[in-house]
Amino acid sequence: MKQDRELICIMCPNGCMLHVDENLNVTGNRCPRGVSYAKDELTHPTRVVTSTAKIDSEVLPVCPLKTASPIPKEKIFDVMKEINALHLKAPVHVGDVLIGDVCHTGVAVVATRDIEK
Amino acid sequence: MREYQLVVIGGGSAGMAAAISAFDKGVKEILILEKGEFLGGVLNQCIHNGFGLTYFKEELTGPEFLTRLSKKVEERGIEYELNAFVIGLGKDKTVTYISPKSGLEKIKAQAIVMATGCYERSAGAIAIPGDRPAGILTAGQAQLYLNEYGYLVGKKVFILGSGDIGLIMARRMSLEGAKVLGVAEIMPYSNGLNRNIVQCLQDYGIPLYLSHTVSRCIGKERLEAIEISKVDERLKPIPGTEMRFECDVLLLSIGLIPYNSLLDNLGLPTSNSRGAAVNEHMETALPGVFSCGNVLHVHDLVDNVVVEAELAGESAALYIKGELPEHEKKLKVGPGNGIGYVVPSFVDLENASEKIDLKFRVRKPSKNVYIDIKQGDKSIKRIYKMSIIPSEMEIIKLPKSLLSNDGGDITVSLQPKEETL
Repeated sequence: MKQDRELICIMCPNGCMLHVDENLNVTGNRCPRGVSYAKDELTHPTRVVTSTAKIDSEVLPVCPLKTASPIPKEKIFDVMKEINALHLKAPVHVGDVLIGDVCHTGVAVVATRDIEK
Repeated sequence: MREYQLVVIGGGSAGMAAAISAFDKGVKEILILEKGEFLGGVLNQCIHNGFGLTYFKEELTGPEFLTRLSKKVEERGIEYELNAFVIGLGKDKTVTYISPKSGLEKIKAQAIVMATGCYERSAGAIAIPGDRPAGILTAGQAQLYLNEYGYLVGKKVFILGSGDIGLIMARRMSLEGAKVLGVAEIMPYSNGLNRNIVQCLQDYGIPLYLSHTVSRCIGKERLEAIEISKVDERLKPIPGTEMRFECDVLLLSIGLIPYNSLLDNLGLPTSNSRGAAVNEHMETALPGVFSCGNVLHVHDLVDNVVVEAELAGESAALYIKGELPEHEKKLKVGPGNGIGYVVPSFVDLENASEKIDLKFRVRKPSKNVYIDIKQGDKSIKRIYKMSIIPSEMEIIKLPKSLLSNDGGDITVSLQPKEETL
């Protein structure tokens, strides 16, 4: 499975083109952050998921939310399924926990907007 | 006629930040006029994260960022009116607006901050050949429908233009179950941030077609398909390179334009950014009228909008207190080789603080260059850049001590590193 990979570093605007060999040696980086980014990205890439859920409210039909920290990239669509099954009721406030442990990741899904009524 | 010390037009991040900073500098009679249903402007629909890293030192979503500002507005008891659309501005600083609460209303201000943001270039601006069916809309409009109204505008999507909103919407619609078939960009490089190319396109296997544009729209009632073509050096489609995609939506992410019509109507001078020409205090050519945020020049980071708007708010407070005198002598600031625009357009050295922020964008991606700041023919500051791209706004803090009132105009330009000066 292991092979050489090229990826764009997303740590800063330089956007270095990183080359990673089969032993996870990183070249092409212009600073140390490129090395840790490339290793994380190739061994256990993670992402924060942001989306919305249905809400019963006088002002808005949907409430924005996010995973409170990054979740494994391969679980993005499983997390979306749980999010899309939510049906909230106002009031909701920034930081309210909407799902305690989404898809057994140990990560919560929290509201990102105040919706009072 | 109701009178205020300060009227802020626009209640997005720029308007709120300007009002908060003016309040904290002692201006208490403030009115924010916001055309939308909520304070916060476009941040309401920007539910993705990546905001606040420099200003709040943590990564926030758009709604979280705006909530922090709107709480400060509420805590201070700053007056604001929602659903209030400004239809006219007078040189005597009268503001005419319409709203369900006030009807048609004319008010008077000692100072005005313009914070009306920007708007998206739309289909009419680029004349795509072919049919005009339903299903062609701007990426920001689709974002509003999805993130605030809960409507997904299509199931099979193609995106023209690689601006950040388009890239963000490629990911967002993919998450909600739409199939995003590709993104076409007429330039040979992307106009979006690299991190968005990775996290919004590569993560979802969405191809980016550089040096391509949409050459035909097909559909009677609803969009059925589009064709894209490769373009030549003059950006014209090359016959024979057409590729067809069956899709029900074409999103446009082809640029943002400062929404500066209120000041344009007054005949005030503008800069190359298409926003008002301002001095180092964000003051337009009409004394007491300030401009900040995306109506002045389109920003990529809201953090920078807030810092700029705070300066506009503080400057308005100085003006109201009579502490921002007008001087005859102004130094012109402008773009030189390789630079699209520079903010500010003028510097009044007598009023300027110790460091002056020069904000600008390069015209095209460049590597191994110096940013060269000249006054007259004399180079006063040079900064080396390994890599510089149009989608990232640059800010240089220029010490006032490097400038002299008889030194001539200030220009910002790019110089290749090899060239000796």
